[in-house]
Amino acid sequence: MSSQSTTIPTVASYGTARRRTTMGIVFLALAGVIWYFFSRTTQAGMITTFTLNPGGSQANFPDLVFGTLPILNVLASVCALIGAFQLVRGFGKRTNAVLGLVAALFIFAFLSWVASGASLNLAGLLRATLIRAIPITLGALSGILCERAGVVNIAIEGMMLTSAMLAAIFGSLYGLWVGLFSGVIAGGLLALVHAILSIKYKTDQIVSGTVINIFSIGITSFISAKYLASSRHLNNPGIFSDIQIPGLVDIPFIGPIAFSHNIFFFGMVILLALLHFGLFFTRWGLRLRSVGEHPKAADTLGINVFRTRYMAVILGGMMAGFGGAYFTLGSVGRFDEVMTAGRGFIGLAAMIFGNWNPFGAFGAGLLFGFADMLAARLAILGVRVPSEFLLMAPYVATMIILAGVVGRGQMPAADGQPYEKEGH
Amino acid sequence: MAKKDTQPQTSSKKKTAFGIFLEELTRGSLLVPILAIVTGLLLGGLIVALTTEQVYTTWSESPLEAIGIGVNAALRSYGALFNGSIGNPERIIDALSSGEEAAIRRAFNPFLESLTKSVPYIFAGLAVALGFRAGLFNIGAEGQLFIGAITSVYVGFALTGLPAIIHLPLALGAGALGGALWGFIPGWLKAKTGGHEVINTIMMNYIAFRLSEYLLRGPLQRPGSTNPISPFIEASAQLPRFFDSPIRFHLGFFIALAAAYGVYWLLFKTRIGFELRTVGANPKAARYAGMNIVWVTVLAMSLSGALAGMAGANEVLGLNYNLAPAFSSGYGFDSIALALIGKSHPLGVVLAALLFGTLRNGALQMQIAANVPVDIISVMQALILAFIAAPAIIRTIYRLRTPEDDDDQLHVRGWGG
Repeated sequence: MSSQSTTIPTVASYGTARRRTTMGIVFLALAGVIWYFFSRTTQAGMITTFTLNPGGSQANFPDLVFGTLPILNVLASVCALIGAFQLVRGFGKRTNAVLGLVAALFIFAFLSWVASGASLNLAGLLRATLIRAIPITLGALSGILCERAGVVNIAIEGMMLTSAMLAAIFGSLYGLWVGLFSGVIAGGLLALVHAILSIKYKTDQIVSGTVINIFSIGITSFISAKYLASSRHLNNPGIFSDIQIPGLVDIPFIGPIAFSHNIFFFGMVILLALLHFGLFFTRWGLRLRSVGEHPKAADTLGINVFRTRYMAVILGGMMAGFGGAYFTLGSVGRFDEVMTAGRGFIGLAAMIFGNWNPFGAFGAGLLFGFADMLAARLAILGVRVPSEFLLMAPYVATMIILAGVVGRGQMPAADGQPYEKEGH
Repeated sequence: MAKKDTQPQTSSKKKTAFGIFLEELTRGSLLVPILAIVTGLLLGGLIVALTTEQVYTTWSESPLEAIGIGVNAALRSYGALFNGSIGNPERIIDALSSGEEAAIRRAFNPFLESLTKSVPYIFAGLAVALGFRAGLFNIGAEGQLFIGAITSVYVGFALTGLPAIIHLPLALGAGALGGALWGFIPGWLKAKTGGHEVINTIMMNYIAFRLSEYLLRGPLQRPGSTNPISPFIEASAQLPRFFDSPIRFHLGFFIALAAAYGVYWLLFKTRIGFELRTVGANPKAARYAGMNIVWVTVLAMSLSGALAGMAGANEVLGLNYNLAPAFSSGYGFDSIALALIGKSHPLGVVLAALLFGTLRNGALQMQIAANVPVDIISVMQALILAFIAAPAIIRTIYRLRTPEDDDDQLHVRGWGG
């Protein structure tokens, strides 16, 4: 404990100085990639066309047409300038926002290069990115809620899987809303198991999470093989239809991308805002975070550490359950064995990438969702990059972040440590 | 009670492997792991009974009869499991009395197949156990196993014209090396940057899955095949089998036992093993004693990865002779349960692995004979793991006394540690 508190300032100061240069080099490197790989391979006079209406929308917004090479050169220059400024002066507190901006510029440059001499539906890509970000972000929010209270939750994947299956079964039997409700409850119940094991019995939280993951894969595959394969009527819930937000959906370009989704997208946005507000602007959030940072101090101040942790884990599990129901009721309308395919673990990565902050996690969710979406379409776009490497990107990026190369994350101090009340 | 019996044995200078194991087991309670397994099996039977439709249709007429049907269903399933994993006693006697060689082979096949199925479990369980001893949670055995399978399959089919005495060790070594690399990276990151090995090994798992998908659709794809599958390995890289078909029992089983003895020897008989256990039990004390924690951490993760890699290598060199996606079916995650049941002791891990191999083998027969999907095994394994990890549950159910030195908790710290 004491050694930890004395080393923190030195690490922090060392981190910021090194971090400034590293970030500057990263920005410059991205500029170099745009120039070397994209600009140089593009012939002068090539035209990029971006369609700005997602498929199926009535709005008619003109296409974005520009010469590929000039735009690529402009983007490379802007990134280089930002990198140079970062090296010389530094953006200080705004570095993370600038990193996001550079990432966006880089992605734009990549898409311009891909679409040179062809037409690309930019609006469709962005809409698909938002959709792919839904389960990842919900998983990350679930993790944030648990870990901010000091309980590590690697069982998000299992909670999502079980909830996806129960949502499909109950959705088929009693309608979509009952399905959604049972999915959320399933997530909450598994979370209760995790909470009892890790809070009451002080089991190692990783082991407890592994128990839930193995159990979930087993029980969902068991039920799927025994019942769902033979009785199709148990596995045909249908999906929630899109809701158009009146007024907002008519905004050109943005409207059809962001304001015409099913309830899972809007639910995610609401939960995101609620969690951010709750964690950082309410007494509830202050107490929850204090339990995750220093449970003994929180206990001394009269906060019930155990109750707070139980509540955080169960609410987190319900969020994961909501995210799990998305797979069946919001996406494909059917349960398949191990259909979550690691999305829960990407959510965990997004949580770390977003530095245990809801909006940071959403940003990471968008980035990972973009990689996910792009991997599915690489072949269609005619890019000769194996899609598997794009799918690896989130994991590699998370390991880099965790190694502190681009700045050390601030995880809750008591994360993963069971709390033992003294003097009993 | 058992404690007193082993006291003289443990205090004497010559500690046998079994003596140390007994000591480790009885420090907590020998009863807890056994009761955890029994309870897990009972609950598995309960699930089988509850998913038998006849129970519900007869319930309204006679609940007692319905319970009988449920119990019967569970017993029938476990009977099928026994016949499928140990062997059908009647068939064995018939075969032996008939003296027909093919019949004897078939009768003993289930038992030998169970041993074969436990080979990857032994290796992967040892991998996790070794990590635990050094205070490291290697949740990435699954990924290391994949990489080990890839590298050994590559050496297995790419090198041609070698005698088996050279080719086979090379292929096995390649598997160990591949797994070691996949363990080295998170170990090095942990030692140098403090990045927690749990997160990093989870990430490395998925990188390994994607990498193997890429390789099997690209560079390692079998020529002329449209499926993601590797070429067959050369005969000289195959682990020899001891009996004719259908018995698949191969040399890998004895290599696994040798590996278990090797891990035991390393952990309890060498200086490196002592350092490893000290770092695991108390890193601060280890540092004051002048031990190199960076080196020990990297070594432990690399060795752990190598063992997991051997699990993958044995599957492809001993059974499949090629690599296809999803060949592993979760050995890497189940191995966490093995290490905990075996209390991170090699002998305990081997016993637990034999149990899991037997269960997995028998489950196939259970699916065919009793229409119970094999996935029930995963459910039972999860339950057993839960009871092992939270012994208080077992103590509450069976009203056992809590031992005074309740030191069977894991020495693994949270994210920040």
